[in-house]
Amino acid sequence: MDTSIWRPIIYLVCFMAFAGLNAAYLGWCERKGAGRIQRRTGPMEVGFHGLLQPLADGLKLMSKQLLVPEGVDHILFRIAPILAMIPALTSMVVIPFSGNIQGRAVELSVLMLFALASIGMIAILIGGWASANKYAVISAARSVSQNLAYEIPMLLTVITIVMITGSMNLQDIAMDQQGGFWHWNIFRFDKSVFMPVSFLIFFICSVAETNRAPFDMAEAESELIAGFMTEYGSMGFGLFMMGEYLNIVVGACLTTILFLGGWSCPFGLFPGVWWFLIKIYILIFTFIWVRWTYPRTQIYKLLNLSWKILIPFSMVNLLVTAAFIKVF
Amino acid sequence: MSAYWNDMFGGAKSLAIGLSITAREFFKPVITMQYPWEVPEIPERYRGHIELVKNEKTGKPKCICCGMCMRSCPSGCISLVGKKPEGEKKKVLTKYELDFTKCSLCGSCIESCNFGAIQFSRDYNLASTRKEDYVFDLLKRLEEQG
Repeated sequence: MDTSIWRPIIYLVCFMAFAGLNAAYLGWCERKGAGRIQRRTGPMEVGFHGLLQPLADGLKLMSKQLLVPEGVDHILFRIAPILAMIPALTSMVVIPFSGNIQGRAVELSVLMLFALASIGMIAILIGGWASANKYAVISAARSVSQNLAYEIPMLLTVITIVMITGSMNLQDIAMDQQGGFWHWNIFRFDKSVFMPVSFLIFFICSVAETNRAPFDMAEAESELIAGFMTEYGSMGFGLFMMGEYLNIVVGACLTTILFLGGWSCPFGLFPGVWWFLIKIYILIFTFIWVRWTYPRTQIYKLLNLSWKILIPFSMVNLLVTAAFIKVF
Repeated sequence: MSAYWNDMFGGAKSLAIGLSITAREFFKPVITMQYPWEVPEIPERYRGHIELVKNEKTGKPKCICCGMCMRSCPSGCISLVGKKPEGEKKKVLTKYELDFTKCSLCGSCIESCNFGAIQFSRDYNLASTRKEDYVFDLLKRLEEQG
């Protein structure tokens, strides 16, 4: 590998820019998508079709005072928003955008991604607990039980993928699916007949892991004001929001690599980073679409879904995959 | 056990139906208006506050100062004054004031007027922070309209 200092610096700058732009403009996309689904226009005033709205929002958040309420845990209160942002940003390092665009080709990149995803949950826990606010504490407790419940089926489906590929390297997993959509893990019926089901399980889990509607128990605004973010204003809130959107990007990237063939084209034409971007933005649109379609579930129904449906199904899928690999 | 499967497949079906509904709504045209830039067409029978009607021949208000509208108003919003200038036979309207803060747009005044001298206007941009702004001098308004 090239050991020049410029490579990491260029990657750092590009990924920061990619992450920042995504965090800002996914907010715009979300508002436009919500608007269209409800037959409104969404932001229209700042710039052409509201394109400068994220910048205006950012300026507004930055110009506000960072208020630390009385009675909070000062250190943890300040750490939490940063802790929400950093793991999501760090995850970008190991994601292969194409065969040669990857920050660091870590051998155990799948493991690293899931380790980082769990830290994001701790940020919510810390933020909620440090706020000294009853809504924030309830939100933090909910969020932990939810993330714990959904990490299990998620990891079980990832194990099937790792078994199929025989590697924990995202690059290898993506390379294994090159050339036509029938090679993608979602349609690999020769490895397990339940691959589309496991894709669905993984997608549902990534919606739940990123705390998005209909699983947004952590910031159920009609019950908990804003959950763990209740006491945060200005850029503290801004960082939480950016972390949330980055987690969506990471979730979409991971789904693309694990199930949708990474940067490979469905018809074998021009494989490259653009196919990867097309796929992740389709998935992100689905995230937005799902959010503005379904009402919020209740916490016990949410846990029922995970423990009674998703976990048994991913278990069965794991066994079936193992049997298929052994037999064929 | 069958309840479990029914629940799951029934749930999945209803979720898919929900997604298809929002997908259809997504491609339908927008129905909201960008209000200050786009102004809606005010319908014919819109009930704004009342206004005086002009006599097209003379350019003066049709009002003959009988005071029926003033008497028919349940809230007492209307106050009008008419004077008889020297040498004239009929009264001429000199002041017509509407206190819109009390008006509930019932239209009794318009029904009571036998001369068609008042009608509903189509004004709706009436926001203000001061109460006095809602006491309209309708005679002045008519003159300003030209």
